[in-house]
Amino acid sequence: MRTTVIVYALVCLFAACMPLLGIYPVFGMKLLCFAIFACAFNLLLGFGGMLSFGHAAFFGSAAYATSRLVTAHGWGTMPALLAGAVVAALLGLLIGALAIRRRGIYFAMITLAMAQLVYFVCLEAPFTGGENGLQGVPRGQLLGVVDLKSDVAMYYLVLAMAVAVFVFIRRIVNSPFGQILMAIRENEPRMISLGYEINRYKLLAFVLSATLAGLAGALKALVLGFATLADVVQETSGEVILMTLLGGSATFLGPVLGAALVVTLQEYLFDVVGDWVTVIIGAVFAICVLVFRRGIVGELAAWRVLARRR
Amino acid sequence: MTEILGVPVAVILGQLMLGLVNGSFYALLSLGLAVIFGLGGVVNFAHGAFYALGAFTALLGMQWFGLNYWAALLVAPLVVGLLGMLCQQLLLRRLAGLDPLYGLLLTFGLALVIQGSLHQLFGASGQSYPVPAALTGAINLHFMFLPRYRAWVIVAAVATSGTVWYVIERTRLGATLRAARENGPLLQAFGVNVPLIVAATFGGGVALAALAGVLSAPLVLVSSEMGTSLVVVVFAVVVIGGMGSILGAIVTGLALGVIEGFTKVLYPEASNVVVFVVMALVLILRPAGLFGKE
Repeated sequence: MRTTVIVYALVCLFAACMPLLGIYPVFGMKLLCFAIFACAFNLLLGFGGMLSFGHAAFFGSAAYATSRLVTAHGWGTMPALLAGAVVAALLGLLIGALAIRRRGIYFAMITLAMAQLVYFVCLEAPFTGGENGLQGVPRGQLLGVVDLKSDVAMYYLVLAMAVAVFVFIRRIVNSPFGQILMAIRENEPRMISLGYEINRYKLLAFVLSATLAGLAGALKALVLGFATLADVVQETSGEVILMTLLGGSATFLGPVLGAALVVTLQEYLFDVVGDWVTVIIGAVFAICVLVFRRGIVGELAAWRVLARRR
Repeated sequence: MTEILGVPVAVILGQLMLGLVNGSFYALLSLGLAVIFGLGGVVNFAHGAFYALGAFTALLGMQWFGLNYWAALLVAPLVVGLLGMLCQQLLLRRLAGLDPLYGLLLTFGLALVIQGSLHQLFGASGQSYPVPAALTGAINLHFMFLPRYRAWVIVAAVATSGTVWYVIERTRLGATLRAARENGPLLQAFGVNVPLIVAATFGGGVALAALAGVLSAPLVLVSSEMGTSLVVVVFAVVVIGGMGSILGAIVTGLALGVIEGFTKVLYPEASNVVVFVVMALVLILRPAGLFGKE
């Protein structure tokens, strides 16, 4: 328990000081957006035991919705962010209701296929800008006071949101709902026989996860100023799986660490090896699945438990 | 000529034939997936990557060694199938007994490695592969001129799928394969080399993907991305048909190609997504899939 508090404090301190340490704030914000995305994904995979291969659909649709509302309809920053999350929630309700009809690998394939459908809609719909996407999305002002054009101001807004999402997910997992969700993950037939309507729990978990993934996508669109097809493609769905798996699914800090590692890897490795980065990401994926399925944080935790027993 | 819904019948029949060609690819690919899953218990996300590898083997074989199309039809599935066996032995074997989701994730990583490498080594732009001389020209079906090569694709795909179905469901070899899935240790006790069988079924399924790749090479541009979105469509086909059934995979694949062709006539904008819409409908009406046994 004490270690956990110390680790959290250190992570928060580091995140709060990041702009002062000379780390490019836009990079920091991108990292935080993907950390939110991975935490949202982990709620479904780690605690709900459901592997979605289509989370880019929620991330991307919210990015498009927020961008569109800000650029074409002049919405404010906060309402547009919320609207993006709501769009993702509705989409999550639709796709989730279909996907929870099957389990395991079929669940993964259904989410993948539905996300591909969303991708084609984004490719061809008139309001998404096709191949170009939506460019030049202004960040606007926070509550009419703080100008978010400043990278530092925007950074602290994104950080505040990330911390809020993190605390929210912890709260969900530690609530009776979260406990039931994990029980369903462990033994579905038993929970059915105990009288729980498991589909309602699964669907709620799916919608919550989609909503928060949407928030991440909406934030990312504001941070970088664009929403493109790259936000909805299957590679993005794969990346968030890798982040979660690499850091450690079913842990709280794992997805944050995983997102930080993958985003950093992509950013810096791209300068060195160019497009070979896809191959490296694929290889990391395979190694992760073969060698440490619990992820970095998961393995560390397991190792600590072992060490304490000795 | 007569019209249906304001569309000339000739156009409809023409699109249906082209749909059947696409359906042939769906059938071959979903058959390969069904073999790998049904007999090996792995969901192969790298199926699209192996499909692209098959096409590349044909292309590079021709460029480097002057390998002709007919030889490529044999060589590419063999080479890619052996590569598949290697992947199974080195990587997938280690996941035996775990949740099949891990196999899905591992093969996803594998797909990224294969596609990324092809992209880096042979460029992003696609390369064309010539139609073999014996299959140029077209057949007059009276309602359309069907390119001879496309007719060949349908024949080859149906013949191959039929053979695979027969071997697995009706022969002694097929019975052994199914027994290996049903109860591996027991079969091994009878002196059968079960690990070899598991590797060979994976190789066989992958070889089917490679064969589809060679068949498609003269029709599309050969590129590293050629299988990326195809594999998602084939997954949807598999969800619709139910993955346990070999015959289901073949029939569903062909049928969806035809449905897609039909959509191209009536509402072209939806032709990319119609398979996914059908999948959603099937999930609502019959969650286990059309041929599923759940």
